[in-house]
This record gives sequence, C-alpha cells and structure tokens, in this order.
Amino acid sequence: MTAAPTQSAAAPAPLFRRLHPRAGETVAFTIDGRPAAAKVGDLLLSAILLNGGALRRFEFGDGHRAGFCLMGACQDCWVDLADGRRLRACTTPVEPGMAVVIDGVRP
Amino acid sequence: MTAPKSPRVVVIGAGPAGLRAVEVLARAGLRPVLVDEASRPGGQIYRQPPAGAERPPEALYGLEAGKARALHALPAELGAAIDYRPGTLAWAIEDTGIDLLGPKGFERLDFDRLILATGAMDRVLPFPGWTLPGVFTLGAAQIALKAQGMAIGARVALVGAGPLLPLIVHQYRKAGATVVAALDVTPFGAKVAALPGLLNEPVTLAKGLWYTARNAMAGLSIRSGVAAVAVQGRDRVEALVWRDAKGREHRVACDAVGASFGLRSEAQLADLAKLDFVFEPVTRQWIPRRDPAGRSSRADVYLAGDGAGIGGADAAELQGARAALALLEDIGRPVEAARVAALDARLARQARFRAALERAYPFPAHLVDAIADDEILCRCEGITAGTVRAAARDREAGEMNRLKALTRLGMGRCQGRVCGQAAAEVLARALDRDVATVGRLRGNPPVKPIPIREALT
Repeated sequence: MTAAPTQSAAAPAPLFRRLHPRAGETVAFTIDGRPAAAKVGDLLLSAILLNGGALRRFEFGDGHRAGFCLMGACQDCWVDLADGRRLRACTTPVEPGMAVVIDGVRP
Repeated sequence: MTAPKSPRVVVIGAGPAGLRAVEVLARAGLRPVLVDEASRPGGQIYRQPPAGAERPPEALYGLEAGKARALHALPAELGAAIDYRPGTLAWAIEDTGIDLLGPKGFERLDFDRLILATGAMDRVLPFPGWTLPGVFTLGAAQIALKAQGMAIGARVALVGAGPLLPLIVHQYRKAGATVVAALDVTPFGAKVAALPGLLNEPVTLAKGLWYTARNAMAGLSIRSGVAAVAVQGRDRVEALVWRDAKGREHRVACDAVGASFGLRSEAQLADLAKLDFVFEPVTRQWIPRRDPAGRSSRADVYLAGDGAGIGGADAAELQGARAALALLEDIGRPVEAARVAALDARLARQARFRAALERAYPFPAHLVDAIADDEILCRCEGITAGTVRAAARDREAGEMNRLKALTRLGMGRCQGRVCGQAAAEVLARALDRDVATVGRLRGNPPVKPIPIREALT
C-alpha cells in the first residue's frame, strides 16, 4: 500500500502539539530562513517540531529525520545552524536568533 | 598524625540509582563526585523540564510525584557533601580515569572507586516505516509530555511490549492528547500467567491495573497480541497499519507513532571499564555482570540501576543504596548489617516481581522474524536487514563486530545503541544460531559525539 503524496517534511505542517500553553517570553528563530516562534523552556527539537515536520535531511538516503529517543542516546536529532554550529536538538534549549538549516544551503 | 585520605569515589548518572548511591556515600562522609549528562537531576524516568518549562511534580509524575520530588531535592540537600557535576558527559573510561566534557570543557577525572548508574533506553526493533519523521520511541513520547508539556503529534498511535505502554496511554489521555490506537505486541495470556509473580509488588501491580482500567473506561483498551505493525507515509507518518491476533488487518490514520519494545541497558561505559558481561537469556541482551550487592567483575567498580539489567526505578533506588553500602564495606567503613539485610530483602522481592514482569511481556520474536530485506536496521548509516543477511551468507560475518566492520552497521553516531540488539537477532537467524553466539558490539570512545576541535586543544 502506498500513501498519497504529501508536502515536504520540512514544510510548515507541525508535528508536535503543545498541550500545556504557558506564559513566558517568546523565542524568535528561523527554519530555512522562515520565521518561527517558540517559548523559553522549549528544547530546540520541540521548537522546530512545533513549527515543522522534520529536523534534518537523512545524509545517506532519501527523506528527513525528526529525532527518535529524546534522551540524548540515539543521536538522530543533530541539527545544523547557519552559523556553523551542530547541536543535539533534544538536549539543547532553543535560543533567540538561531537559524536552523534543514533543506537550505549549508554554511 | 594525619587522618587516612578519603578515597575519591565517582558516581556516573543522577537517576534514581546514582542519587541514592551518593546519598549513602555523602552521609558516610566521602564527598563523592556525581557526574550527570543532564542539567537537572532525576534521570530519564524522573526527567525534569528545562528552565522556563517547569510544572508541578504532581502534574508530571502522577502517582510517582513523591519519589520524584525526594530525588530531585537530594543534590541540594546534600550541598557541599557531594561534588555534583551536571551537564557533564562521561565519554570514555581508561583504567581509573574518566574523560569528561562539561560546561568548562574537557577534563580527566581519576577515581579510586566508581559506581556506574548509567540507566537504560527503549529497546528498538525495526518495522516498516520506523525511520519516518513522526515515529519516536515510547520513552520519547513520554519525555515530550514530561519535559515539554507536548504530544508528539495531533493523532498519536502507541505501540509497546512492556509496562510503559499502559502508563503512557494513561498520561497522554489525561493530558488531553488524542491517542488513536494502543497496541501491545505481546499476548494477553502472558499477563494472566504472570499475575502470581506480579503480586510480589502489589502496589506497583495495582498502579498498572489502575492505568489499564482508566484507559478502558475512557474507551482506550490496549489491544494485546498484535501480530504486526507498519507505518505508512511518504515523508512523514500518515497511518499505522496493524494485524491483530486473529490475522485481521486494521488501519488508523495518525501523524505520529510512539513505539518501542521494552528497555535495554546503557552499558557502553561498563564496557570501556573492561567489566565482564553476561548474556541475559530472558531479555536476550548482554549486561555487565554484578552480584546482588552491585559488585562488578572489577574490585573498584560497582553497578546500580537499569544500566546493568532492567529492574525499574524503584529497584534502581534500592540498588543505588546497596552498591554504595557494598563500596563502604569494601573500603573498611562501618556498615549497619540490619540496613543491608533490609535492602537485600526488598531487592529479592523486586527481582521476583521483575521476573514475572518479563514473563508478562515476553520478547516479541515475531516482529524480528518479519523484518524484510529492504528494512533499515541501522538508522544512523541506513544499513538494511538484507545487507546483514548477505554479509552472514556471503562474507562470513559470524559475529557482531565483524558484521560492523563489513557493513558499517553500528558505526554511526549512536554507536549501535539503537540497532545492536535487533541486528544480533537478525544475524543469528541468518546463521541459524542462538543469538548469544553472535556476541555484541564493543563499546568505543567517545560513547557519544564530542566536538573534535575542543578535544584536540
């Protein structure tokens, strides 16, 4: 069985859902240049997946990856930033101004 | 006359086991070093949200809130009686030296005695679609909720082979998430047969039954004996297809799946410490050998908690205290015999409970039998089951490290944490041998990725 074609995983349809909205400052960052918003206390992984469906391209084949274990064990969620940093998104808090690169040009 | 120098004791891991170990050591006046990769204590089971995302423990840990609260408070309570190093990765062990990477960079820490309390992660078995964005482990689904107050998707399917499944279904439902399927790949009859043994821990059993009953009342009965699961979708999860015990196929639309099949010990550091390992036939995994008190094969290294065989959070607290007492005894400090005897009695009861729990949730071998040749086994490197079978057939890959050298399976960023056990099962089947005979992937430093630029300076 094959599923109907869908948009790219990195496109805006979010994966995560916030069940407990909280006050606190908004953190502005970007994904492939597109403005995105998260909250202080969000991990980079959650921040990206609240705004999209993937964290990175899979480097040895087709498709994307969106993390897997969320406990720093599987190393599936390493994310590229435009400033050259590579971060494990499930253990890194999101910071204002982070420029996440998923499908865009790498530094 | 100078007092004899206190030995330097290091504990790695600030989950239930490591925290109870440092408590005992600190109260004996040893000032242990507590190394933990996370920024806040609690481990994964009592994982705390990052700064800014805090919520009350009752909301995060439910019936276990009291235990979580007590453990979280320990480092602050012990204060200067311990040397607590949060945010610090132990990435290698060589003889009596530990390589650390912490907030201040790299450091080599020498120990006289070491307690490893490195915990566990989900046991992962591949199924069609398991590498699609939106498929996570059950543990990940729970961490999204505990640490972030989020669900992994808008419509979530949960698949498991252990007691974590009814708990997460309950937690998701209670938090207002939409759970569209709850599937247990182990048979219902196994739970019935295990009931007498589960009565060794009646409170824990009662909690499990309560979660199950609450789920059922909400119309979310867990389907047991699920024969097969497959995720469909092009570049993200769109549906979960599953086959029930009677062979009927079902399909449920969803955008996220939490799936894993029990737990596995995090034992890379034990391996680097050159501890002896034994094959544990019930859970089919290699674990560092320990005696009931937590002594390893090395006189200066002790083991506590799920990092040396799965026992759960309550057992981990007991094991942490017990290993610390064994250590104190071994360095000639006074140890209260009655306290040791009481801990040993509770640990024996926990062991009987755990044995019954393993019978209730047996290893789902049928999922491994069904792994197709084109299925990815090693998600880091994209190595398929077919590649493993070909290596077994044509290239004399008779053992896991030979398999790794030939195929790159287990050579990626996760160091085989995720794929190792499934790959051993696939390799053993291809060779028509017992899984114990193909061995296990050797640990290699660094056990997790570290920035090479800093390492070289």
